[in-house]
Amino acid sequence: MTIGDIINQLSPDSFSIEPDRDIEIKDVYVSDLLSDVMANAGEGSLWITLQTHINIVAVASMKNMPAVILVNGRKPEGETVQKAASEGIALFGTDMHAFELAGRLYNMLHG
Amino acid sequence: MKLQKIIDTLEAVTLDSTTNTGLEVGWACATDLMSEVLYYAHENSLLLTGLVKPQVIRTAEIADIRVVVFTRGKEPDTETISLAKRKGITLLVTPLSLFTASGRLFSAGLQCCPYT
Amino acid sequence: MDHTRKIDGRFNLVGGDFTNAGEASTQLKKILQLRGVKDSYIRRASIATFEAEMNVIIYTPAGILRYDVDDESIKITVEDMGPGIEDIDLAMQEGYSTAPEWVREMGWGAGMGLPNMKKNSDVFRIDSAPGEGTTVKMIIYLNKGEQS
Repeated sequence: MTIGDIINQLSPDSFSIEPDRDIEIKDVYVSDLLSDVMANAGEGSLWITLQTHINIVAVASMKNMPAVILVNGRKPEGETVQKAASEGIALFGTDMHAFELAGRLYNMLHG
Repeated sequence: MKLQKIIDTLEAVTLDSTTNTGLEVGWACATDLMSEVLYYAHENSLLLTGLVKPQVIRTAEIADIRVVVFTRGKEPDTETISLAKRKGITLLVTPLSLFTASGRLFSAGLQCCPYT
Repeated sequence: MDHTRKIDGRFNLVGGDFTNAGEASTQLKKILQLRGVKDSYIRRASIATFEAEMNVIIYTPAGILRYDVDDESIKITVEDMGPGIEDIDLAMQEGYSTAPEWVREMGWGAGMGLPNMKKNSDVFRIDSAPGEGTTVKMIIYLNKGEQS
């Protein structure tokens, strides 16, 4: 599954940079607790969260995550968008709940 | 979806031997933020979460959630377990991540909580 | 139980007491169940009260939760001795939060508390000023027909 596949199949909103569509996503991590993501998310995974504040960018950056998807229609704060752009991290948004988004991405990865 | 199917799908263990495995669960919600549960979860929902604290049980009770699944093998402390017992809330622990647990249940046909 | 009788009461809330956080709301839930209030109203009242209770526990040293129930409505007032809210309009926006990291790590503080109280009450009023604490008043009308 590439970033391009996700964009094509789920049509998320894009808040930050235009990402490289060829980046391969091998794993996804769902969490709203930054310490949990820091401790347990795999390097380079895609992150699904409700959190919108600037600290998510630092966490995503440290974990070499190419993209973060915000769920439940959450919009990132202004400084989050700027920081994500400067760190080269794509920020997406969707109205889907985490459970459904995770379900669809799971099917794309393993289906 | 029957609780027994959820247990099997998630390779989960129950923390109470008296669990009614025939219980029917209508929807699922996956989050670590309790206000989100209170905002969206319908009664008879299943809550999947990585947050292992007594507050999760309080939230489940207020939102009429009967089953809570803790992910990544995180066992709650005895305080949380006894609170859940007193409130009649079933606790499951799965070794799977929140992503994989959600993915498997979604693929098995469990619906997401309605968006209202 | 005599359902025509008015009932009221209060709970004292202690800031930082996470062990008992939610207890006032669950006790109020039981009181409403004993009175025979319909589940859908109980659920809304419980959720609104729980959010208000958590705000007191998380952000303030102490507060008082008062309830007042009759055949017409459930009235809940939560008054705290906290720092007050700078910009109420902003605080009412879904997702807006000033919560520090430790609150978010506890599973709270994602900016849905006040919107949740408003969503679940028929009347929602909030009075607050920096340095003067916050008072939230919520009314849920009963016997309005089916509620989801």
